[in-house]
Amino acid sequence: MSAGIDLENVCCDFGSFRAVDHANVSVRPGEFFSFLGPSGCGKTTILRMVSGFIEPSRGVIRIGGKDVRGQRPNQRPTALIFQNLALFPLMPIWENITFGLEVRGVDKTTRRAKADELLRLVDLPGAADKMVSQLSGGQKQRVAIARALAVEPQVMLLDEPLSALDLKLRQHMRAELRAIQKRTGVTFIYITHDQGEALAMSDRVGVMSQGRIQQIADPRDIYNNPVNGFVAAFVGENNVFTGDVQNPSQGMASFATPHGTFRARLGDIAGQTNVKLYVRPEHTALTKAPGPENSIPVTITEVSFEGNFISVLALSDSGARLTAEIRNDGAATVPEMGAKMHMSFDAARASILPDADVRS
Amino acid sequence: MHDMMRRYGPGLTLLICLLVAFWLLMLVIVPNITLFEQSFRPYLPVVEVGGPKDFYSFDNYMKVFDGNVEKSLFGMSFEIPVHVYTFFLTILYSMLVTLVCFAMAYPLAYYMAKIVNPTTLPTLLLMLFIPLWVSEVLRAFAWWIILAFKGPLNALLQGIGLIEDPIRWTNMGYTGVVIGLIYTYVLFMLFPIYNAIQSLDTNQIEAAEDLGAPWWKTHWRIVLPHAKPGIASGSVMVFMLSAGSLLVPSILGSTTSQWFTQTIDQWFKDALDWNTASAYAFILLFLCTVFVSLALWVFKVKLSDIAK
Ligand SMILES: Nc1ncnc2c1ncn2[C@@H]1O[C@H](COP(=O)(O)OP(=O)(O)OP(=O)(O)O)[C@@H](O)[C@H]1O
Ligand SMILES: [Mg+2]
Repeated sequence: MSAGIDLENVCCDFGSFRAVDHANVSVRPGEFFSFLGPSGCGKTTILRMVSGFIEPSRGVIRIGGKDVRGQRPNQRPTALIFQNLALFPLMPIWENITFGLEVRGVDKTTRRAKADELLRLVDLPGAADKMVSQLSGGQKQRVAIARALAVEPQVMLLDEPLSALDLKLRQHMRAELRAIQKRTGVTFIYITHDQGEALAMSDRVGVMSQGRIQQIADPRDIYNNPVNGFVAAFVGENNVFTGDVQNPSQGMASFATPHGTFRARLGDIAGQTNVKLYVRPEHTALTKAPGPENSIPVTITEVSFEGNFISVLALSDSGARLTAEIRNDGAATVPEMGAKMHMSFDAARASILPDADVRS
Repeated sequence: MHDMMRRYGPGLTLLICLLVAFWLLMLVIVPNITLFEQSFRPYLPVVEVGGPKDFYSFDNYMKVFDGNVEKSLFGMSFEIPVHVYTFFLTILYSMLVTLVCFAMAYPLAYYMAKIVNPTTLPTLLLMLFIPLWVSEVLRAFAWWIILAFKGPLNALLQGIGLIEDPIRWTNMGYTGVVIGLIYTYVLFMLFPIYNAIQSLDTNQIEAAEDLGAPWWKTHWRIVLPHAKPGIASGSVMVFMLSAGSLLVPSILGSTTSQWFTQTIDQWFKDALDWNTASAYAFILLFLCTVFVSLALWVFKVKLSDIAK
């Protein structure tokens, strides 16, 4: 059982400060949806409005098509996993997991059996009688997930649940969460400020900045076709040029910068004044001879070997600091420091985008 | 200790230590030991002290069993030594005071710790503290005035039509004493509970609600268990202070309310029999301690939890 969630023009004001500004999202039933954004952009606020701890200042929230305004958290078919998990330290694990059933009046034997079943689901058998303090970070994580699943919610809300874990465990838990979501079919709304996490796990991602949802799309689109500079910068590295748009036609345009005039794809810049050109480092090429188009003469200033790729910093003859990334396929030639080369990029891989959509 | 030496130098440190030692020894240990020793000796004219009649015995302690009175409870009448009866009532009403203090303090503590806007909390605390700046005697007398036959409480109750004729509050058994003790000691319940609830992660309360718990279930399963040490330490404090209070029962007591401390006081001041008075004081101390330890054991609270 899973339900979709619709936010229609949802706003949340704290005094005169607008933490969430006209959010419009439709999360489909059974979808893994992530909100991605920097600290303080309003992610937790959205989640708390869906779970019922905060009422929106305006707008409508629907869960499974039903308007839930005025419903307390204990009446909504959602289960929230808190940023700090909020397990109950005075109860053994199995009582933690079945707390939601206990308040629904389920008898003890049934609860105990359910706890064991859920512990197997989250791959933590045999922990039923331990106390919370006896578990490791990753194990607590699983208990929190089991506790939320126990009430058979139609929607799971997860507030940066992996942020306290170390890198290896985080990567493992990503896959685990994704698997649990697929197995149970429950709608997941997942919050994170880690772009890798959002892109790797989600069916769709909503990128947020300063209370506004900037773009909603599947991970590939978010990365490859960002709608504005904020999204482009938040979900990856960029070389950014300022300049002016010239002769736009058929989705392409020329972009005149102090470092040369480049051809690039033209984003939706209608009515926007602040427009920049964005090129991802891995979409550039470094060659001895000038490239076929969009070529800039540069001097290599720094080369750093990152393992799977090589990051190269270069200074253009016109004074721009640029970054290139070369995939390390084992045969890649590493440019030498101080070498004079040409950096070029494909017009189809560069985008002219407006700045972020922020309140005026 | 090292820290103190560094901060104040050896001279001042020594002085502070000596003062503390003096306070402990002369004002706490010696008087108590003296009274303890006296409690086992008979009350004698000065010339006979140290004479053949002056030997240790439990006689003073046995005096609580002297002088039966007839009482009836639930329609059953029985004979009971008058001092034992006083003792039981003292314990009983101290428990009542503790219970009422808890019932009043818990919601307020929860409100202060989790609901009230942090910016208005200092004002609230100040309002709670201001009465404490007034001497305990004056506060007890204030209640004496409030509860007086023609006092404000009766006027208020008559004004809103709850009662027709004024009530003699201070002549209704232990009513005045209980009200006075609650008022005097409720803050000793409030602050330990407030501290305990404040240390509870608010997310846990929200998590319980999110999992479907109604508010009372959240309190029963999450807040109360977490606040248990605070509740225990508040209860011990209120109970011990109430059972040991002399001032409030003296001022707000009625002709039919006798507090065990008043009995002790009468041995000291009216009978001038310090030996028996000491014995009674140690009976009160010992039995209250036993009672409290028993209560802590029943509620599964460890002493180390309370000290936190
Ligand atoms: N109760 C509140 N009162 C006033 N302002 C608040 C309140 N809660 C949040 N805010 C403000 O709203 C904004 C969004 O907060 P929110 O907690 O949603 O951020 P977030 O995206 O979850 O950030 P993080 O990644 O750091 O958790 C912040 O600027 C915060 O200061
Ligand atoms: Mg947050």
